[in-house]
Amino acid sequence: MDDTLPASIDDTLALLRRGDYVADRPLATTLFLSLELERPLFLEGEAGVGKTEIAKVLSETLGRRLIRLQCYEGLDVASAVYEWNYQRQMLEIRLAEAAGEANRETLARDIFDERFLIRRPLLQALEPHEGGPPVLLIDELDRTDEPFEAFLLEVLSDYQITIPEIGTIRAEQPPIVVITSNRTREIHDALKRRCFYHWLDYPTAERELEIVRVRVPGIEERLSRRIVAFVQALRERDLFKLPGVAETLDWARALSTLDVLEITPEIVNDTLGTLLKYQDDIARIRGSEAARILEEINLKLAQEQV
Amino acid sequence: MNETLPLLPTGGRFARNVVHFARALRAAGLPVGPGRVLEALRAIETVGFERRDDLYWTLHAVFVSRQDQREIFDQCFHIFWRDPKLLERMRHLLLPQVDIGGAEEGEEASRRVAEAFAPEREPGRGGDGDEPEAPEVEIDAFMTYSERELLQHKDFEQMSAEELAAARREIRRMRLPFMQVPTRRFTPHPRGRRIDLRRTLRQSMRGGGAAIDLARKKRLRRHPPLVILCDISGSMSRYSRMLLLFMHTLTNDRDRVHSFLFGTRLTNITRHLRRRDIDIALARITETVEDWGGGTRIGHCLRQFNLEWSRRVLGQGALVLLITDGLDREAGAGLEAEMERLHKSCRRLIWLNPLLRFDAYAPISAGARAMVRHVDELRTVHNLESLRQLAEVLARQGIRRAEGHDRWIARATPEAA
Repeated sequence: MDDTLPASIDDTLALLRRGDYVADRPLATTLFLSLELERPLFLEGEAGVGKTEIAKVLSETLGRRLIRLQCYEGLDVASAVYEWNYQRQMLEIRLAEAAGEANRETLARDIFDERFLIRRPLLQALEPHEGGPPVLLIDELDRTDEPFEAFLLEVLSDYQITIPEIGTIRAEQPPIVVITSNRTREIHDALKRRCFYHWLDYPTAERELEIVRVRVPGIEERLSRRIVAFVQALRERDLFKLPGVAETLDWARALSTLDVLEITPEIVNDTLGTLLKYQDDIARIRGSEAARILEEINLKLAQEQV
Repeated sequence: MNETLPLLPTGGRFARNVVHFARALRAAGLPVGPGRVLEALRAIETVGFERRDDLYWTLHAVFVSRQDQREIFDQCFHIFWRDPKLLERMRHLLLPQVDIGGAEEGEEASRRVAEAFAPEREPGRGGDGDEPEAPEVEIDAFMTYSERELLQHKDFEQMSAEELAAARREIRRMRLPFMQVPTRRFTPHPRGRRIDLRRTLRQSMRGGGAAIDLARKKRLRRHPPLVILCDISGSMSRYSRMLLLFMHTLTNDRDRVHSFLFGTRLTNITRHLRRRDIDIALARITETVEDWGGGTRIGHCLRQFNLEWSRRVLGQGALVLLITDGLDREAGAGLEAEMERLHKSCRRLIWLNPLLRFDAYAPISAGARAMVRHVDELRTVHNLESLRQLAEVLARQGIRRAEGHDRWIARATPEAA
């Protein structure tokens, strides 16, 4: 664990690798740029390709605190940035009254004091932290509505937040910001322009194998090759939701737990629920189609060995 | 952050190349402004020139902001930076002393490439804002009342050119109320149900904290997104042109409207419809859509919609209008499953079918029979009156799914009746 930022793209790759994240060079390039130029990293891609994971790995390997803001429709300033502690404010007014010092000016100043401020993730991220600025993960931004997105513009371009009663709070050192989106709607260009954009694709077979090796330690080489080949073949099928890396890992762990040595059509049928999440898709693959894919990949892997 | 670029010769060839590249990208349709060019220069300086693919991904990180731009970027990059010696020369250029002699020829070439694929800018292409709006002369009483009344009930198919023009004007004047659903946001309201504590405290501070008047707020309501899928096959041709106009009016009336056309394949025309001028919008649509007046593959197109678009436009509880006569070239193959998927992914699915103008219509064609089970409502759209009724339906919230729909299902299965 060291807390210095990587000095080159190769460093970035190594850093992610230390956190058991197998990245490709394009991703490392974009990440390096965003760290170096202090701009948010905007990651888009299908569910389960490792977007959120990057923020976690960064916080772990850099020894920074991870602050996560999970987005949802209707997310507002009170739950994302700050909120006043009304109960305590009321109490304060009552106390001041009882003590007979209900001076208008001082009371107003006292009531809107930082003591009564409840800090939510975005505000927390701008405050100084031990061990350097934190990693701010704004997860699934596409789930919020446009007004919140517009609000983020100020935060992300100047790393500052304006609270009317107090003033503008500015980060001395900007946090490392990672924004993810599943693209359930298009994020506005104005926001994307302030970020470095990267589309995370499904990994190649080679990289996926590496990911399985790193993430599911102790898994048999022969089995992991077959798992990856099967998932890769599934991604070429016409499915409503293709399995992501997260699903591959789930399946690998499941098969490894079940002490499976050889993937048979029966085993695929029994465990297909870890890979595919829509009933239509499962119905399409289960049975003969699964057997066909298995035959295909066995043939291919046998040829590779020759 | 350093705002200047100390290492870069600001007037240098390298910077100029990046500018040219950015211009090529802009001509190819990417939203690349001068801000991004500066950003790109700084990014390249940060990464260095060790490898070609680093340059690629560095520029990619700066210039690309949507998934569908990747292909364009890729092509532009390979055309523009194909000169293998370029990297080497750029490394020279980064050094304070600029090597002029060797670079001359290559620079000439790359400029030519840039010019070759940066065509003349079309007049009037600069953003929606500065488009001259067509002078709109609206004469309110352009017809007498009875004429208008007649027009309301006339089938689009039987209208004369003159009547069509009148109907067009009618549609352009429509302002549709639209059902609103509660959101999780609040707005100040004198008789709201909830207490706005923040405003309460601020108000009472203004009065010195002596009296606390409760400020109230209520839930903000907002209309859900609207998705329109319109059939443009031969059998629908007369209606689809009218409906395009209707879609244009809707799109310009409110936000979050997504429009698609389908015949043998699916086309997203949302962006074109956002142009305020209907003629420009229609011209763009005619350019993009290739399957006007052909056959229909409803199942295929819906599958395409479900796979590529449903997750992107049906979020947040969208309302779907499916406009088609249900006459499917593929006799409903695979249609039912896709309809079911679509129905389950949206708030409400309304099927608009111009064939309903015939009283005796029964959804018994293979396509219609597959569809009728998976919609919440079946309505007609063959004249202005029906469009107006549609507006009413959109304005109120459906009480339950498949409301008042049983008779159509009964008609679809005459053997059971």
